[in-house]
Amino acid sequence: MTAIDAFTPLRPDLDPYKLGHGHDVAALHVHDASGHGAGGPASKRVIVGYGFWIFLLSDIILFSAFFAAYAVLWTQTAGGPSGRDLFDPGSVAIETACLLLSSFTCGMSAVATGARSQLWTQVFLVATGLLGAAFLAFEAKDFAGMVAQGAGPQRSAFLSSFFAVVGCHGIHVTTGMLWLGTMMAQVWVKGFRPNILRRLLCFNLFWHVLDIIWIALFTIVYLIGEGR
Amino acid sequence: MTDLSEGRDDYEGRDEYDIAPGVTQAAEYNIREGIQTYTIGLVLAVILTGASFYVVRTPLIWGPAIPTALIVLAIAQMGVHLVFFLHITTDPDNTNNTLALAFGVLIVVLILGGTLWIMGNLNDRTMLPSSTMQMPP
Repeated sequence: MTAIDAFTPLRPDLDPYKLGHGHDVAALHVHDASGHGAGGPASKRVIVGYGFWIFLLSDIILFSAFFAAYAVLWTQTAGGPSGRDLFDPGSVAIETACLLLSSFTCGMSAVATGARSQLWTQVFLVATGLLGAAFLAFEAKDFAGMVAQGAGPQRSAFLSSFFAVVGCHGIHVTTGMLWLGTMMAQVWVKGFRPNILRRLLCFNLFWHVLDIIWIALFTIVYLIGEGR
Repeated sequence: MTDLSEGRDDYEGRDEYDIAPGVTQAAEYNIREGIQTYTIGLVLAVILTGASFYVVRTPLIWGPAIPTALIVLAIAQMGVHLVFFLHITTDPDNTNNTLALAFGVLIVVLILGGTLWIMGNLNDRTMLPSSTMQMPP
């Protein structure tokens, strides 16, 4: 037994964190884990996905600033209407259902992509797009109704921060819809090439993160605001 | 200089111990398991969302506890989405993704907590009676 053997697991799965993987693992051919200091850089798919994940986290941090502004300003209604007067719980429930289901169909499209099924990938992407469009339609209706009542973003600090945070999410969904249409066309024309698969991966991440932000939105803005 | 990763096939089992966020082996290679994962996620998310909407309306819960209950439910649902939809898990091949997420959460907590703390403190120190703050313009 040499000293190196002490760091070598008997079975690779017994050492999932690869403790001591720097100890000449290449010579032993035990692990070739890319991106862990041995085995060279990770493949482009992992690097692209990771980079996009970092971007999404920065996007979440951007939203946290909007949420912080809302949390500070939501009681400052300047004598105008409060959330309780304005929010329509039924509409919020429908929007939540649309976005949650679209997240699910987006995941289903990823499964179909894994199976390399052009038809089902397109079907689930269309379903995702339709649910996203329904979400945007309800949100636009809510916004138009509020502005018609004179409760636009200029009315009070509460409404400014409300339109900023919900509107920012709406702009993200709109952008995601444009991206979705682009991806459907690219999958249709170019097929499941590695670069197209990477773009689909990024789109999936983006869409699921939008839904996570919506969880924070319907909880902090609508439900807690409604309770007051 | 050439990009070392450029010519590499993305699907040659290179990344056995490293995985991109949003990727699950199940969804990639096994349709049944993939559908199962997303369906479990959807069911859990629907239950938690339903609970959130129920908590606001029910008289069963003490009023001042409702915001706390809502935030707990929201964090639970975010966890469900992360695990079942984004496939961010505690697996060793996910270490990089989880660490990035942990750093993101740290910044979010600092921004939200810091803002609420500082602005709340300033509010307390402002000598104006709250009634003048609420006057119509």
